[in-house]
Amino acid sequence: MSKLHIETTINREPAEFLCEPHETVLSALRNGLGLTGTKEGCATGDCGACSILLDGRLVPACLVLAPEAQGRTITTIEGLSRGDALHPLQQKFLEHAALQCGICTPGFIVAAKALLDATPEPSEEETRYWLAGNLCRCTGYDKIVRAVLDAASEMKGSAA
Amino acid sequence: MTAPRDFKYVGTRPIRHDGVDKVTGRASYGADAAWPGMLHGFVLRSPHAHARIVSIDTGAAEAVPGVHAVITGKDLPETTATIALGEAAIDLRDIGDNVLAKTKTLYHGHAVAAVAATTIDIAREAAAAIEVVYDVLEPVTGIDRALGAGAPILHPALVTKGAAGPDAGGPTNIASRMELKRGDVDAGFAEADLVVEREFRTPMVHQGYIEPHACIARCGEDGRAVVWCTTQGPFVVRDACAAIVGLDPANVKVVPSEIGGGFGGKIVVYLEPLALALARKARRPVKIVMGRDDVFRATGPTSGSKVRVKLGAKRDGTIVAASASLWYEAGAYAGSPVGAGAMCMLAAYKVPNFFIEAYDVVVNKPKVAAYRAPGSPIAAFAVESVVDEIARELKIDPIELRLMNANAEGDRAPYGPKYGPIGLAQILEAARAHPHWRAPLGANQGRGFAVGFWFNAGMNSSATVTLNSDGSAAVVTGNPDIGGTRAAQAMMAAEELGIPVERVRSNVGDTDGSGFTDVTGGSRVCYATGMAVIRAAEDAREQLRARAATIWNVSKDAVGWENGRAIPPAGTEKASPMTVAELTAKMTQTGGPIVGRASLYAPMAGPAFGAHICDLEVDPETGRSRIVRYTAFQDVGKAVHPSYVEGQMQGGVAQGIGWALNEEYIYSADGVMENAGFLDYRMPVASDLPMIETVIVEVANPLHPYGVRGVGEVPIVPPLAAVANAMRDATGIRFTELPLSPPRVLEAIEAAAAVPVEA
Repeated sequence: MSKLHIETTINREPAEFLCEPHETVLSALRNGLGLTGTKEGCATGDCGACSILLDGRLVPACLVLAPEAQGRTITTIEGLSRGDALHPLQQKFLEHAALQCGICTPGFIVAAKALLDATPEPSEEETRYWLAGNLCRCTGYDKIVRAVLDAASEMKGSAA
Repeated sequence: MTAPRDFKYVGTRPIRHDGVDKVTGRASYGADAAWPGMLHGFVLRSPHAHARIVSIDTGAAEAVPGVHAVITGKDLPETTATIALGEAAIDLRDIGDNVLAKTKTLYHGHAVAAVAATTIDIAREAAAAIEVVYDVLEPVTGIDRALGAGAPILHPALVTKGAAGPDAGGPTNIASRMELKRGDVDAGFAEADLVVEREFRTPMVHQGYIEPHACIARCGEDGRAVVWCTTQGPFVVRDACAAIVGLDPANVKVVPSEIGGGFGGKIVVYLEPLALALARKARRPVKIVMGRDDVFRATGPTSGSKVRVKLGAKRDGTIVAASASLWYEAGAYAGSPVGAGAMCMLAAYKVPNFFIEAYDVVVNKPKVAAYRAPGSPIAAFAVESVVDEIARELKIDPIELRLMNANAEGDRAPYGPKYGPIGLAQILEAARAHPHWRAPLGANQGRGFAVGFWFNAGMNSSATVTLNSDGSAAVVTGNPDIGGTRAAQAMMAAEELGIPVERVRSNVGDTDGSGFTDVTGGSRVCYATGMAVIRAAEDAREQLRARAATIWNVSKDAVGWENGRAIPPAGTEKASPMTVAELTAKMTQTGGPIVGRASLYAPMAGPAFGAHICDLEVDPETGRSRIVRYTAFQDVGKAVHPSYVEGQMQGGVAQGIGWALNEEYIYSADGVMENAGFLDYRMPVASDLPMIETVIVEVANPLHPYGVRGVGEVPIVPPLAAVANAMRDATGIRFTELPLSPPRVLEAIEAAAAVPVEA
């Protein structure tokens, strides 16, 4: 079986890769393109470690077939910082100690970005329900939720 | 006693040194590495819980184009080696058989063969072509079946170790039995005004780390091998791989990746020996990544249990007698944490008379691994539920009752030694004084309280502190950083050297690049390895003083040290204080590089207690409950980085709440695990939990220069009982079996409503 040639945009740059028809975007990112910041925790869409933005929409990369990326726009954790500047969510995760082992962190930050893109001033409850698709086993979520809420208020301040 | 000390960095909250890599996706975890020429491995696993392997035919698999190696149990030598883990030992014969079954498969998911091929698809396809003929046996699905008449026997040669029980002799599934006793139990119960006895059950639960097991291994023609893997114990992996695969440990280097959670479950080996054996056969690197379903079926869990507890108390609340029997599932091979459960269960209380017996029971389920304070949460669930019953019966405040019976410094722990300074009374008093304890409750809400104990571990640690010519420093230890220990170690080195914490690089070494260091586990890293870092930094500092002495031409003893500067003796001509950077700039001229080093064995650690208050609301129509408020109090000795101490407390609470409310291994009658995925094995998510308040209490541990106690394990001990006690308060029902899932709670509420109330 020959591989498929896929052209897409990843983190604001044109990208292309070869994949098997049944391969996932997660596999294409990690194995084909070397973008290992997107993690695999379950491969069944239950843990959120592989959260990416596909045309701006939050999806688990393990549940999207790689050929479906043709002509689409993908944002991964590697695309959040700009030059020397971390994204405010990245900075707040550091300041709030919102990570312990860190394996879920890329997925949480991408998912939280999708939340703040749609809802710049989320309540704690909105934040908790939005992030319910991302599993963290280390933190009990307390510091993660605080980091996201603090990033939201800072981003609102800098936008004003 | 540790003298009070003004710290410059300890107790502050710097950003962790490995943080930016982890928020940008750059940090490299077990599955993130790829080596040139790498093959992909796949493990074939038993569909049966209990079966004899009649034959394995790998011919068809080996013939698949792209397959480079296939191995079965016959490819691994049987080993009788053991690995020391503190004062305990890991039996590698069982580990080897667990890694790849030799004659029997002992649980659903037990590995029977492994394949390495050019792609993962080919490896999977080839594995499916392996023909295994099984003679399927009746499985032992739980403790009752394991101990029942005519039970199938997992290991025909198994002999019960330890204190002989009534059922000693003959084939058995009881791997060991131990007793703990003090005083005269019968006389104690005779003295009691109130005796409460209950029997409790808990199911197997998994550590639930988000990163599956993963590794890459290569092995050269000369027998030299390198293993990259996600592990809590690179030296354990080295020694286990060497023994199981049949290599000289001197030829095996293990490089730990970043680790995506472990909680005890990444101490032993699963994939690493298979990757190494395949790599040796194929002469190519082999990478294996475990799927989540296999993580559930074949790694990790902690024991399911049955625990019977009886406590006797005087009318005034004094506990006078206790007896308990504990049966813990070990899984397929001996080694449940039942002994630790027995030793921890009465650790909080002065009980003059007790008798505890503890059984380690093998069943056809995965071999249990350590899970955060192994054994203690199960035992605390039982004891703390019964203590709650006593407080209710005697109408004594649950915190007062515990204060009344609390152990203190100088009291003898139930497991033997006398306690040094412990913070039990302090955390109880902090809880009693906290507004949470008096806050009003809403409709259908209840409040529960429980305490928990863990020994904490010391063991072996090594560290080096290398000074650079610019006055910065690099720390190397052998402990994978599972939750911020690099930051804590950098802070300790900065504290001793008097240089900014940002000027210390903190590193995790591999098994060649760091001195021998025991596992990241037992809440020991900040305590024992931290102590090694402090001593290594002191060693570097002493060398700096010697260099200053050389420069000033005075004796070293005359050189003082203050705030990161060497101070010349009074009256030294033309000498002024020198900073670390000024001294290291002259290293080459004054004797060469400066490397501080320390290695130590800490036979003991500072034990610790936690106390938790839990508010829970239950929906009487569905049985679903929700934690509405939670506060955790803990004696941490000294918090080096308070944010990560709080994080340990919050994380332990969340895991304990999951254990209490939803998590469980569900098996069919034929021993097949039916919920091997995150959808059906329900761990807490963000919307399940409130903010988790933490109250840090610091009662200095005299064994550590800063007073540090281990922190990570204690917080998972109280939640099971704290939640169950809250459920009792909310519903009036004493639940003795976990999890308190909606169907179980609803059934009990409906059953209670159906019982006519006696007049």
